[in-house]
Amino acid sequence: MSDPIEKQEYNITVYTENQIGLLSRIAIIFTRRKINIDSLNTSPSEIESIHRFNIVINETEDVVTKLCRQIEKQVEVLKVYYNTNEDVIWQEMALYKVPTDIIADQVSVERLLREHGARAVVIRKDYTVFETTGHREETDTLIKVLQPYGLIEFVRSARVMIIKHSKGFNSKLREFEQAEPGEEVIENEFLNSRHKVFTM
Amino acid sequence: MLDFAKKELIMEITQTDVLPAPLVKETIEVSGSVAVLEALIAEGVDTIFGYPGGAIMPIYDALYDYQEKLNHVLVRHEQGGIHAGQGYARSSGKVGVVFATSGPGATNLVTGLADAQIDSTPLVCITGQVFAHLLGTDAFQETDVMNITTPVTKWNYQITDAVEIPEILAKAFYIAKSGRPGPVLIDITKNAQIQKFSYEGYTKCNHIRSYRPKPIVRQQYIEKAAELINNAKKPFVLFGQGVILGSAETEFKAFLEKSGIPAAWTILGAGAIPGDHPLNVGMLGMHGNYGPNVLTNECDVLIAIGMRFDDRVTGRLDKYAKQAKVVHLDIDPAEIDKNVKTTVPVWGDCKETLPLLTTAVEKKEHRDWLRKFKDFYEREVEAVIQDELHPTSGELTMGEVIHQLNILTKGEAIMVTDVGQHQMVTCRYAKLNNTRSNITSGGLGTMGFALPAAIGAKFGAQDKTVVAVIGDGGFQMTLQELGTIMQTGIDIKIIILNNRFLGMVRQWQELFNERRYSFVDIASPDFVALAAAYGIPGKYVSERTDVAESLKTMLNYKGSYLLEVMVTKENNVFPMVPQGCSVAEIRLK
Repeated sequence: MSDPIEKQEYNITVYTENQIGLLSRIAIIFTRRKINIDSLNTSPSEIESIHRFNIVINETEDVVTKLCRQIEKQVEVLKVYYNTNEDVIWQEMALYKVPTDIIADQVSVERLLREHGARAVVIRKDYTVFETTGHREETDTLIKVLQPYGLIEFVRSARVMIIKHSKGFNSKLREFEQAEPGEEVIENEFLNSRHKVFTM
Repeated sequence: MLDFAKKELIMEITQTDVLPAPLVKETIEVSGSVAVLEALIAEGVDTIFGYPGGAIMPIYDALYDYQEKLNHVLVRHEQGGIHAGQGYARSSGKVGVVFATSGPGATNLVTGLADAQIDSTPLVCITGQVFAHLLGTDAFQETDVMNITTPVTKWNYQITDAVEIPEILAKAFYIAKSGRPGPVLIDITKNAQIQKFSYEGYTKCNHIRSYRPKPIVRQQYIEKAAELINNAKKPFVLFGQGVILGSAETEFKAFLEKSGIPAAWTILGAGAIPGDHPLNVGMLGMHGNYGPNVLTNECDVLIAIGMRFDDRVTGRLDKYAKQAKVVHLDIDPAEIDKNVKTTVPVWGDCKETLPLLTTAVEKKEHRDWLRKFKDFYEREVEAVIQDELHPTSGELTMGEVIHQLNILTKGEAIMVTDVGQHQMVTCRYAKLNNTRSNITSGGLGTMGFALPAAIGAKFGAQDKTVVAVIGDGGFQMTLQELGTIMQTGIDIKIIILNNRFLGMVRQWQELFNERRYSFVDIASPDFVALAAAYGIPGKYVSERTDVAESLKTMLNYKGSYLLEVMVTKENNVFPMVPQGCSVAEIRLK
């Protein structure tokens, strides 16, 4: 178990209804407490009409627990989980725009890109766009590597992540849809293992 | 049946060949505005507090034909409207309904929304909005109400298509009153109010898949809590508004009387059990009673019921009840462990959890422990209460006015207070026999709350005497609502405790800022003459000998009445837990 008073990266996964304004309702839970969101990704989940948020913050577990409860309290939020980096598989995607002539001229650049697992997405006369996915340090390294070769532009996506022990959300949603959810409804997961998983 | 402009029957033939009988489904063309009012009637709403304006005119036009069924109270300012809605909700236990127009009408609701959000008051506020095609164009009286109100509402929603109205209003009422109650705001664009649609009637909402109003009660935690309570030598109950919101007053009393545990209240919990109940040991918090504060740091098991450990109750957290095991009963899981770490979390509606706990606890009496509270109370009487309630010389005190009032109301009145010294004094000393009889702005501390809230409280409990106790500062924040009193002819009793100061800030400046009285010296108009201008009789009192008689005149008067009482300028409210101090460091002077 991680130290509850030590700050570290936490990955918060939120399952929600697809509702206008919900992004703001969730975001203000962080901003009200002056907590910076390091990364935020929101997109439709594997279930139709259900959205999944991935939020990354650097905080203590105590704070993260409280934030998760405040998020789960929102009417249109179905479920919230938080995990440390060890509990998840995560990736960020990055795009790099580099002048084509330099790459064509210098064999070393091609080798470097290969070493970093970068893939050409677009090749034009004037520039080439490479793509790579990985952890923050990996995509960061490639920026440093490409900088001497005239890196024109760089962009990185928010983090997406899969929880290692998760069984997905399909079965849970069915329980939520019942007017009187059963005793096993995941509602009380938190009470069973108070420090492990947050849920209501 | 309704007087609709257009009616039509739509016949839908079922596809089964066995039963040729057609399924008759009656649908009627109605406007969005009519659908709004039909929703209110279906939800049992009888009173609306509101103020018209351009963007809500279609709803007001529809309301013209509904005056028999819905009583609309025209307030003088939207803030007054929403505080009246809060007062109504707090005295009646029903959902308060407020109408306001777009732009400034909606922004004037914000203080009341924040107040209702922090004090868990069920409200449905309906605001008009500009036509949908004008959204985001800086149209006349357009403001981003949704984003402004998101942090201060339990839920909000913007309707741009009338078809959504029945379902969304059903959700609004369900969300406002279920679980931990709170304010809901529904913003309806003008085109949706005008739009005619095929109305199939109103169905109440009782389930939203993403919304769990209350967690499931777990027997194992009830048992763990009961075990702690049964083994406790010095158990202490703290109760808050949760008992009242959950209508669990009877269940709570049964729990207390079986377990024999002394119980102290937060100001929003006041009245959940009668003030003179032998196990009621008084008020918690910064200006609460001496014993409950000191003994919080002496009890061995602290049982918090429907309260949220506000900083005004706990004082310095790292020195708060560190010796005690904590049992916390709350309907809102986000409250568990928020401020005080819980040993046993008893999640759930206290209406359900309290009877289970009562069954599981042993019948006990804690005589010696209860005696301690009495001993502390006697010390408090000697040091503070005697001089506050029974002074024999000098200027009038706030406490003696409340004491005289208690004698006349016998604790049967609904007390509505504003914010500041008079609020603390009234909460401390007002005799309350009944639940829902202490209406005050607790969490937000909104000056200007009392006058409009008292109007709403009276509409919510018409058979009760409603007394608004207000300071000279707070009264001047919403005194325009005297106009609402004048026009509705409602009967509320207003007591202004005038110390010619913004008293609570002055008290802090005296105690902590070396008497540097920075902008707390406030001048007031002739309040009695002001009331008279609104056709409200009143009286000015400054002599001790006149107090009782004047209060009697006020209470006996049929209709609203204003009594201005001049009290000592520089009196302080004690006891007091200075900010940043532990509850055990409570000062008697």
